Amino acid sequence: MFRLEGRTSTPAWFNLALPLVAIAATLILCSGLIAIAGAGVVEAYGVMISASLGDSYAITETLVRAAPMIFTGLAVAIAFRAKFWNIGAEGQLLAGAVASCFVGAIPMPGYLAMLLMALVGAAAGALVALVPATLRVKFKVDDVVSSLLLNSVIYYALMALIEGPWKDTFSGYPISPPIEDSANFPVLIEGTRLHLGVVVALIAAPLCWFLIARTTLGFRIRVTGENPEAARYGGINVQRVLLSTALLSGALAGLAGVGEVGGVHFQVMSDISPGYGYSGIVVAMLARLNPLGVVPAAIFLAAVMTGAEAMSRATGVPAFLSDVIQGTALLAMLVALLFTAYRIRRVGAQT
Amino acid sequence: MSAPLIEMRGITKSFGAVKANEAVDLSVAPGEILGLLGENGAGKTTLMNVLFGAYAPDAGEILVEGRPVAIHNSADALAAGIGMVHQHFHLAPRLTVLENLLIGIPGKSGRVDRARGLARLDEISRQYGLSLDPNLPVSALSVGEQQRLEIIKALFRGARLLILDEPTAVLAPSEVDGLFAALRSMAAQGLGIIFISHKLNEVRALTHRCVVLRHGKVAGRVEHPASTTSAEMAKLMCGHEIVPPVKQSSTPGASVLTLDRISTSAHAGTPLRDVSLFVRAGEILGIAGVSGNGQRALADVISGMLPPKAGAMTIAGKAVAQFSPRELQTLGLGRIPEDRMTTGLVTNLPLADSMVLPRIGTEAFSRKGLLNPAAIRAFAEQQIKAYDIRCPGPMVRAGALSGGNLQKALLARELAFDPKVLIVSQPTRGLDIGAARFIHEKFLAMRAKGCGIIIIGEDLEELLMLSDRIAVMYEGRIAGTLPSADATVARLGLMMTGAEGHA
Repeated sequence: MFRLEGRTSTPAWFNLALPLVAIAATLILCSGLIAIAGAGVVEAYGVMISASLGDSYAITETLVRAAPMIFTGLAVAIAFRAKFWNIGAEGQLLAGAVASCFVGAIPMPGYLAMLLMALVGAAAGALVALVPATLRVKFKVDDVVSSLLLNSVIYYALMALIEGPWKDTFSGYPISPPIEDSANFPVLIEGTRLHLGVVVALIAAPLCWFLIARTTLGFRIRVTGENPEAARYGGINVQRVLLSTALLSGALAGLAGVGEVGGVHFQVMSDISPGYGYSGIVVAMLARLNPLGVVPAAIFLAAVMTGAEAMSRATGVPAFLSDVIQGTALLAMLVALLFTAYRIRRVGAQT
Repeated sequence: MSAPLIEMRGITKSFGAVKANEAVDLSVAPGEILGLLGENGAGKTTLMNVLFGAYAPDAGEILVEGRPVAIHNSADALAAGIGMVHQHFHLAPRLTVLENLLIGIPGKSGRVDRARGLARLDEISRQYGLSLDPNLPVSALSVGEQQRLEIIKALFRGARLLILDEPTAVLAPSEVDGLFAALRSMAAQGLGIIFISHKLNEVRALTHRCVVLRHGKVAGRVEHPASTTSAEMAKLMCGHEIVPPVKQSSTPGASVLTLDRISTSAHAGTPLRDVSLFVRAGEILGIAGVSGNGQRALADVISGMLPPKAGAMTIAGKAVAQFSPRELQTLGLGRIPEDRMTTGLVTNLPLADSMVLPRIGTEAFSRKGLLNPAAIRAFAEQQIKAYDIRCPGPMVRAGALSGGNLQKALLARELAFDPKVLIVSQPTRGLDIGAARFIHEKFLAMRAKGCGIIIIGEDLEELLMLSDRIAVMYEGRIAGTLPSADATVARLGLMMTGAEGHA
């Protein structure tokens, strides 16, 4: 018989080992599904790896996919640190995309356009995140529900926009007009889609780490998240910390949308995000809410996404496996987190 | 004496490198009340958790009526006739007394067997003199009644050995007498009782025999607690003599904290009604009262957690405007909350973080929004040394520390910045003698330095020992204030029940 027993301390190597164990467990669990779909497990995973990380072009594609998830992962990680349950990174991303597309379509010098797109996109995401945070602070409305439901509101507002005033009059497709060519983010390596936004995402992660670990705001966010009562008793304005966290979190998610508009799609359409906002939750959990861990976690999920499409083409396993892997990874990580607080102990058979 | 009801032999339990219990032997005979004494961290709770099945021992065996049994969980323990009343009750507040008793008890064909439950409850009430209205919701019960329900619950499930973990910590003096009477009656009818406590006078009054633990081992056994002095037992517990602190006479200065007709709104327990009080520099004011008579609201108002509905407050002559924790700190108020774990500290973060929390925004620990990790660490290390806080270092999780060390850390954090007034609630609740004595000495040292101190407490002897004046709270008002020279436990007890008022 086995049972769980409380732990008094957690070894340091756990922080690194847990996500790796969770990922290994995920791949083992999902290999069953690949087998059911009638493909060779080794072959399928092989295609997945070579298509996402096998050559330099594949790597740039994976990084391009990882960039929005780095931003949403950071957004969620910072919000969850304060226990502001921001499930709304998807909506904040869309708001950032729409706002930056507006700005990008206005003729002006390229560098100015890019800067304004980032600022306005971040502000739009921040404003959206402020809604559930304000509702929670002022009226004790559950932030999980309100931030989640707001995603639909923003999504259908976007749809109304591209089906209505923004609709392309020539083709009749529900897509927005493109941004100015000069506002397109510069490509860093010729012949790839690796754009400036990816680098900004990679720089944002250590900045966020610095904010959490080394600033008074980060200290207040950590303390508020761990124990709001002690934070208030210690003189921290808990409501203000929650609102600041929401603004920061929403701005980061908004930047994910900016990157997709300025660096990948150059316009807004209904499927501009294949759920990057929700993937951000998986990324943040795999990273154990550490901004530095967000980068490898986002690259892992991006590799799964790009790899799954190639695997589907090569072996006939449905590309939906990518979603299954994401979901399983989240569950596996949540189970793995249990072992930071408990350990399994063998006990003798019952008499 | 008959065969032991329960016998624990050679129990050893380690957590990592720490031996929480080492070769502990203990037995309880039917009809016997055994006292289990020891400082915090001596291994009392671990030992009882082994007996109740929460931990598996590394070595040793448990015998029930001479037969070895394996106890893997609380269900096994209950089956073996062992019941436990924890410090924190495990009750469903919205269910009634009877429903709480019937939780987990199989009924007849899927339905709860109320009739049988009522009959059994009635039987227990008559047998041991423990009565409760079966139809009252638990939320309507007082703390003492909830404890009675926990005891009934254990008996209801057929316990023949009852473990009580510091049962008197939550009770008013009058309730303690009732509890003791019930325990004596249970013992007289053949039940065995293990009574865990820090309060030596209670152990001496109640128990037949005592086992004293120190550092996980049996430090001594007391065969006749009633004829053994508290000092002797304290020495067994700590390993050295305990000298009571000396309170020097002092002349109080000007008032440093004044409350003028403070009232609070009703949604925070018992509200305050027209409370006026003051404490002067170099003076300790004790606040006595049965728990739930407005002490919580008083502490919350003074520490800035609950802005009052009416009334005024001044600190060192300055009027308090916002009643925010930050403002009060700035005016020179130090605070130790009643609940260290939930209000005082952040258990999941490093100890150092909790120690600098109220002053993180000041020059001492940060500049222009950037933390100064070296200064934070140095401050914590310095205080750990100065207050002899036992811990692996400033970066250890605060929650890993024992209650006494946490209280020292909180005291260090507040006293490091020389407060003019200090408000503390239940400063030594749950602490062992050594830690409590340390805290008392710090209070008296602060008093000598001219700090005004308010101590809200339920331990009347502690209040009498430390205070210069004692105010008694009753139903949200100050029922009266006495110089401690005129106060006795009996007189304060009367005032606490509202029977006597004094200006």
